[in-house]
Amino acid sequence: MIQLTDIHKSYKVGNKQVEALKGVSLNVEKGQIYGVIGFSGAGKSTLLRTINLLEKPTSGSVIVNGQDMLSLKEKELRQARKKIGIIFQHFNLLSSYNVFDNVAEILRMNRVPKDVIKQKVEDLLRLVGLADKANAYPSQLSGGQKQRVGIARALATDPEILLCDEATSALDPQTTESILELLLDINKKFSLTIVLITHEMQVIKKICDHVAIMENGHVIEQGSVLDVFSNPQQPTTRNFIKTIFDDEVPAEILARIKKTGPSANILRVAFRGDAALDPVLGTLSARFPVSTNLLYGSITSIKGTALGILLLHISGEQQAVQDGIAFLRQSVYNVEIVTREEVTR
Amino acid sequence: MDRLTEMIPVFGQSLQETVIMVGISLFIATIIGIPLGILIVITQGNHLFPNKVIYHTLNTLINIVRSLPFIILMVAIIPFTELVVGTSIGIEGAIVPLIVYTAPYIARLMETALLDVDRGVIEAYRAMGASRLQIITRIMLREARPGIVLCLTIATIGLIGATAMAGAVGAGGLGDLALRYGYQQWDIEVMIITVIILVVLVQVIQSLGNWAARKLKKSA
Repeated sequence: MIQLTDIHKSYKVGNKQVEALKGVSLNVEKGQIYGVIGFSGAGKSTLLRTINLLEKPTSGSVIVNGQDMLSLKEKELRQARKKIGIIFQHFNLLSSYNVFDNVAEILRMNRVPKDVIKQKVEDLLRLVGLADKANAYPSQLSGGQKQRVGIARALATDPEILLCDEATSALDPQTTESILELLLDINKKFSLTIVLITHEMQVIKKICDHVAIMENGHVIEQGSVLDVFSNPQQPTTRNFIKTIFDDEVPAEILARIKKTGPSANILRVAFRGDAALDPVLGTLSARFPVSTNLLYGSITSIKGTALGILLLHISGEQQAVQDGIAFLRQSVYNVEIVTREEVTR
Repeated sequence: MDRLTEMIPVFGQSLQETVIMVGISLFIATIIGIPLGILIVITQGNHLFPNKVIYHTLNTLINIVRSLPFIILMVAIIPFTELVVGTSIGIEGAIVPLIVYTAPYIARLMETALLDVDRGVIEAYRAMGASRLQIITRIMLREARPGIVLCLTIATIGLIGATAMAGAVGAGGLGDLALRYGYQQWDIEVMIITVIILVVLVQVIQSLGNWAARKLKKSA
């Protein structure tokens, strides 16, 4: 649905050249909810804006729905943009229009017949749960309600893609949840492809299928949300995941465990799906002469698949510990030895 | 007091002249000033039609006209005024410099009002595929309405001040009255009444403008 290939973007700020994107490639499939996460300044907002060419990349190719966006003329580009909805962190509603008109205005611009507009706007307001607010002005709405108007407006032109630019960042956690539910709902209902950028891992965890982590103008890691969560590779990715699983071992405890001998290990064990329900630890203690001590444990669900993370302190004879770890590796999704070498994550 | 009763038609006449001068000049200056204001906004970097040449030319031009006090501007452009209306005295002779004086002022005030329109909103409609003309006419001008009303209010009050000086070219009006009776004949009563009329006029216009802007401003 969306193919970004080797996107570079540089700006001139004063007389300094700033490179916001340094060769980013993404591939978003139809119906997918694709999340891009990164700290501010990572380039994610610029990246999102290259999809509808609000930002024109310095080099690279932007293919949306089979169309090479960079080859389009002004008029064709406007046509293509109508198939790409967008919602914003600060909603960007028209303060002088009421809710109905905020959704209707773009349709009027597109010369849609009046009765069609009326029907369509009413349907959309019902979809986002604001049927009773048609005559209210944005200043009379809460943040969550404003974003619902934003969503209804974005859907007015029947887009195939919805871009979300930090759409929940200005909202409280509860409102964020309800907006994410709504996005999931319309994703299913219209098989709408959604690309969202955020700095909150909760958002990625709750609705995304696929995630890309951006840092310093690069995508440093990407994959299915489940894979990235169960086996993160990059320090930044781990930092983000820490907001969901805070499985860091305090330094002094780590040091004390290291002192108990070379065969004492701390393992980070990731379980996925049904394995999360198997009594693996019981089997481990029964079959191997090792003692295990649970330091941390958490389980969460990522789009219907269970993901559990355990931190285990395992000790015993060196051979037994090695065998035990080998057994775990066969039984669970991923085992990582935390105590090996400099572990500072 | 009898003398003042006799003066009523004179005041009426002067007020009427002022209103006519302000009305016509404001109308034409608005027609020129609003597009200029739009142009100077959309040609700025990162806006809808970035164009350094147009922007800097307009900007300089507006600054030049705006740096001249009205009385100097009026004299300085006499040849132009004569070219346009065939005379440089009377109401016609005053209206041309009033327009030249006010249009750039309106453009500058329009610039402020239009720059106040949230850039995010403009970006949103660009992203939805609206044309630039649609964005100007249906988004920017509409969202800026409260600001535009206040801008025209300020321009009107500025114009009333300028018309007083137009008395110098025999254009009549309240300013002319104050000059002739108040300054040349030292007629304090006429002077005071003229001042009162001007103060009331400005108060009424400002209040009307504020009221209309509030009405238009639905946002918090």
